[in-house]
Amino acid sequence: MTVVDEIAGVPAAAVAEPASTAEVADVVRGAAADELALVVRGAGTRQDWALPPQRLDLIVDLGGVCGLVEHAAGDLVAIVRAGTPLREVQEALRPAGQQLALDEPLPGATVGGTVAVNASGPRRMLYGTVRDLLIGVTVVRADGVVAKAGGKVVKNVAGYDLGKLVAGSYGTLGVITECAFRLHPLPAAARYVSAPAAGPDEAGRAVASVLAAQVVPSALEVDMAAGEGPLTVTALVEGVPAGVDRRAADLRKLLGEETEQAESPPPCWGTYPWAPGDVGIKLTCALSRVPYLLTAAGVTARLHDVPVRVRGSAGTGVLYAGLPGDTDPGVVAGVISDLRAATRAGAGHCVVLTAPPPVRTRVDVWGHVDGLDLMRRVKEQFDPAGTLAPGRFVGGI
Amino acid sequence: MSIGALATAMHSRLAEDQIITDRARLRTYECDGLAHYRVVPGIVLLPRTAEECAAVVRACVAHGVPFVARGSGTGLSGGALPHADGALIVTSQLRAIREVAPQDERAVLEPGVINLQVSKAAAPHGYYYAPDPSSQQICSIGGNVAENSGGAHCLKYGFTANHVTGVQIVTPDGELVRLGGRAPDAPGYDLLGAFVGSEGTLGIATEVTVRLVRLPETVRTLLAAFTGTDAAGAATSAIIAAGVVPAAVEMMDALAIEAAEAAVHCGYPAGAGAVLIVELDGPAAEVEAQFAAVEEFCRAHGAFEIRIAADDAERALFWKGRKSAFAAVGRISPDYIVQDGVIPRTALPQVLTRIGELAREHGVRVANVFHAGDGNLHPLVLFDEAVAGQAERAETVSGAILDICVEHGGSITGEHGVGVDKAKHMPRMYTEADLDTMQLLRCAFDPRGLANPGKVFPTPRLCGEVPGRRKGPNPWHDAGVEVF
Repeated sequence: MTVVDEIAGVPAAAVAEPASTAEVADVVRGAAADELALVVRGAGTRQDWALPPQRLDLIVDLGGVCGLVEHAAGDLVAIVRAGTPLREVQEALRPAGQQLALDEPLPGATVGGTVAVNASGPRRMLYGTVRDLLIGVTVVRADGVVAKAGGKVVKNVAGYDLGKLVAGSYGTLGVITECAFRLHPLPAAARYVSAPAAGPDEAGRAVASVLAAQVVPSALEVDMAAGEGPLTVTALVEGVPAGVDRRAADLRKLLGEETEQAESPPPCWGTYPWAPGDVGIKLTCALSRVPYLLTAAGVTARLHDVPVRVRGSAGTGVLYAGLPGDTDPGVVAGVISDLRAATRAGAGHCVVLTAPPPVRTRVDVWGHVDGLDLMRRVKEQFDPAGTLAPGRFVGGI
Repeated sequence: MSIGALATAMHSRLAEDQIITDRARLRTYECDGLAHYRVVPGIVLLPRTAEECAAVVRACVAHGVPFVARGSGTGLSGGALPHADGALIVTSQLRAIREVAPQDERAVLEPGVINLQVSKAAAPHGYYYAPDPSSQQICSIGGNVAENSGGAHCLKYGFTANHVTGVQIVTPDGELVRLGGRAPDAPGYDLLGAFVGSEGTLGIATEVTVRLVRLPETVRTLLAAFTGTDAAGAATSAIIAAGVVPAAVEMMDALAIEAAEAAVHCGYPAGAGAVLIVELDGPAAEVEAQFAAVEEFCRAHGAFEIRIAADDAERALFWKGRKSAFAAVGRISPDYIVQDGVIPRTALPQVLTRIGELAREHGVRVANVFHAGDGNLHPLVLFDEAVAGQAERAETVSGAILDICVEHGGSITGEHGVGVDKAKHMPRMYTEADLDTMQLLRCAFDPRGLANPGKVFPTPRLCGEVPGRRKGPNPWHDAGVEVF
């Protein structure tokens, strides 16, 4: 076969560049007729995530399925084509004083890609994640049939919420071509209040004190440098100027005299604690277990003698950990095993989002998944021939 | 299918008082909150544990008996309408609050727990459960999960789907499965998200983990009287356009106000053609600044009287008129239909005008109550069944209102669900392909079609049949690779 492109190191013989939902449907229908395995690509910022496709014939590049379909400013709703870069959406909404309240941890990411991997950032604490903001979706099924669910009103309980099903499905159930989102007003003022913490327990106490107060942060982040280095706790408050002043002052009382305040985000805010080619891990736990998880990450790093950097939403229990890409795969496997035990003890999960190929073959990237049998049945219904991103998802889906 | 055989099987698994087969007692369960649909169930079963609930479902599967789950029976779309030859599985014996964990901002509940009890249990810790359907004093969490219940405050806080982080369910195969949990973002498909709002067609929730929200520092509520709904709608638009996200914005028109006055003497301003209730909550400094702006917007758009709740008692009085509105129209009309539709909020003036015209054309009256912030309308179509033809005319108007909602890009239901009542309306909103795709999910969960059959979808999909798909051998499979 003539290789024209690749996904996560897997060669593909063809790339399709449809420019509309109808063209995507044509491409997918044609691929289905020939039982071609296909992977959808947006900006390609996360094609190294999850597992590589087990087979691949066709890349469906959605870069041409882009643009804002509708911005109903008065209704705080926007409909966007999947290939649109998130940043362009924000730019289009800004003149109306509105935003799609999704962070962009990897610059350049598209709307469709962000939905497909359910990416989130610091402000998930106040605004929620893709599943909370997506109110309607257009999907091209594995057989090329175009289907919609939801709509363009925020309140709607007619039929199953397929938007939630495809959010985070890594392109294994259908090709997302259009998304309708609930929007939020841009806040008039914002303040980042940061404070150092000597260790995980102190960071945990700081986080707990903010949660128990009446500050209502939009984000509450923790950043732990590699080697159990210094920790930083940062809260973001957004609102009217007078309110933000008051709440920032409250935060100062809670977090101590050493706090720093800024109107722009501190370095590394909302980014993952790893570089391209590194090992990137997502750790979740019950809220009260965040200090425990930070401690466990520090202990694990020391035990395996590797630098583990941890950063994430301490206010919701979603953390990210990064390891250098040249770490010995056996050592990475040991780290994952220990972190997985820690997240399990914290009622959460440990998922390897990205890793170099030698590591991916060595570790179970997804870990334990509840409801896997039901998920396989869902996949079997939506993609009986297994042509959509085969093998990328949990349990070999 | 055989109810008799199911009853016999259940007697070896459940206690005597957990099984109802007596016709007179079965009649207690013949309808939910939408009382004009009535079907006496074949048998009523009252499990006390998740395991018993799973055993009941397995027995239903073994005997080919369809089953319907029921919480408190307050649903307004007939979602819990029993099946005459089926089992009604009632969760009223599953009422334990298993855990209130403010440190995790979670509570773990059995499905029969009453919505309001969750907030009462969390309040001493400074937390509450945000979704607040009007029936919150009696409706169950399990029912809320099935219907993805909203409430007046979902404008700011979202619906049940945004507040449930985990469930244990009995699948339509009778297996206990956990979806989601105490931590966010469980790996795999978001089956939890798909399950919430599936109206009992994908299984029965036997345990629900919900998010608890910190009680706000400040709550401010105002009631503004306008000469008509257009002015009140314009004020709402101005508030939203200014970037304020109120906890709630509720509107009632003149007829709804008249009914509420007759029923609960809420003392709304005399001569009002429309009232708005606007509530803000959050940090004091934020609320104070925005509340002043809201008051100004109301005045600028013609509010002739603005009352500000001085305390919780006064706030409760504002809400009393609004929350009692459905029942209150019974004071001014012998019969009525409660409709539930959604429009983009900005279309409110045109839609209300159209509804007014429709009512006049058909000689019925329509009282309007709505969640104005998110465009969720609850037109109450008033009629007198004793007058020949009125019931039919009211039904016509009620259905036509949904057409108007769909024409404006809205929805046929914002919070009451599809149930048995609106299954026939689903094709107004979705194409055959859309509905077929939704039913793929149903086929994955319930290939036998035993879980709450006849609800949500106008025509069931035969799960074995996959139209228009290639059914040849899969080369990948032949190569010995496991295919899912």
